[in-house]
Amino acid sequence: MTLLLDLALVAWLLALALHIARVRDDRNAIVAFIGFGLLLGLGWTRLASLDVALTEAAIGGGVTGVLLLRAEAHLRPGKASGASVSHGGKTLAAIACAMVAAGLALAVLAFPSPAPTLAPAAATALPSTGLGNPVTAVLLAYRALDTLLEKVVLILALIGVWSLAPDHLWGGAPSLRPDVVPEPLAYLAQTLPPFGVLIAVYMFWVGADAPGGTFQGGTVLAAMWLLVMLARLRPAPETRRRSVRLVLIGGPTLFLAIGFLGFAMAGGFLAYPESIAKPLIVGIEAALTLSIAATLGLLVAGPAQTAPGR
Amino acid sequence: MAPADAFTLLFVTAGAILFLAGTLGLLRFPDTLSRLHALSKADNLGLGLIVIGLLPQCDSVTAGLKLVCVWLLAQLSAATASQLIAGAVYRRKSGP
Repeated sequence: MTLLLDLALVAWLLALALHIARVRDDRNAIVAFIGFGLLLGLGWTRLASLDVALTEAAIGGGVTGVLLLRAEAHLRPGKASGASVSHGGKTLAAIACAMVAAGLALAVLAFPSPAPTLAPAAATALPSTGLGNPVTAVLLAYRALDTLLEKVVLILALIGVWSLAPDHLWGGAPSLRPDVVPEPLAYLAQTLPPFGVLIAVYMFWVGADAPGGTFQGGTVLAAMWLLVMLARLRPAPETRRRSVRLVLIGGPTLFLAIGFLGFAMAGGFLAYPESIAKPLIVGIEAALTLSIAATLGLLVAGPAQTAPGR
Repeated sequence: MAPADAFTLLFVTAGAILFLAGTLGLLRFPDTLSRLHALSKADNLGLGLIVIGLLPQCDSVTAGLKLVCVWLLAQLSAATASQLIAGAVYRRKSGP
């Protein structure tokens, strides 16, 4: 019975992927892509990777979907003149994708059975971090450097978006500019955020011991903030504001600072002294959650569109 | 079969049938408003029945409460989305 469900899921994913690649209307493809992210989340759940499933649904479906929809809305006015990819280009891309997929499939099938794994080592070292969720331990202790670099990349992406603003608007506020704010949206933006913030804090907090964590919690926070901005209850902040920039870099900076403290306290970069490993990790996660929420929210809000006030 | 399991089976099946009917309506109904009607019926009643059916299977009261919260949040988002889409249809019909 579960095999039937899995096969249906795989068939559905393949069909949806084909639809996204083939459909002519961009917006149609983006909406299908959001659905694809949610379905892929279901797939990860079937593989018992709840952390990945949550991240896929939040980032792959949610944030990427909104970013693409906004990009499409910006491109639409000039689309008639825009050059589309030629037939040959599409064939080339299809062949390249097929080759990558075939290579990945070969690599996965070539694994010896059972596949080599570090899972037992990760599980044995878990008590020394004070955490209960091995995924969080990998992200913030064993492979902390990767996580740190990831967060820095997010900020670089935001700088890339900001730099699309013309010089005289630099430091001004981005604008989500809905033409009309329908009443139900305003109602939702007033009702949902308290619950959303609670859920985000919960996701961050259980991340230490159960599926959840900074990225998932941060995305929910960002979604609530965007909802409030979209309903025009609060304007988007000016990007030159010091408090905005401090929240943006707070998480990575704290991470880096504690990483350097590791030289003095635990004999290595990004090493935690065992006795206070958990409070340190939870502290870093709290700051990272806020930074991620601010970064994702501002990424969607886009470059500055009004000049900074004096 | 334990009565709790029979209860779950009954309600989850009823919920699944409602989802099926809602999907059929979404695909077959002629205009946007009737399709919305089919969709929100499936979302509200179908999900509600499934949640009620799963309640006897919960280990703790908090797990049950979480399930009910999921249903309430889905209700809120489904109701808002339906209103937004219906509003857009109405505005398009009456013209800017």
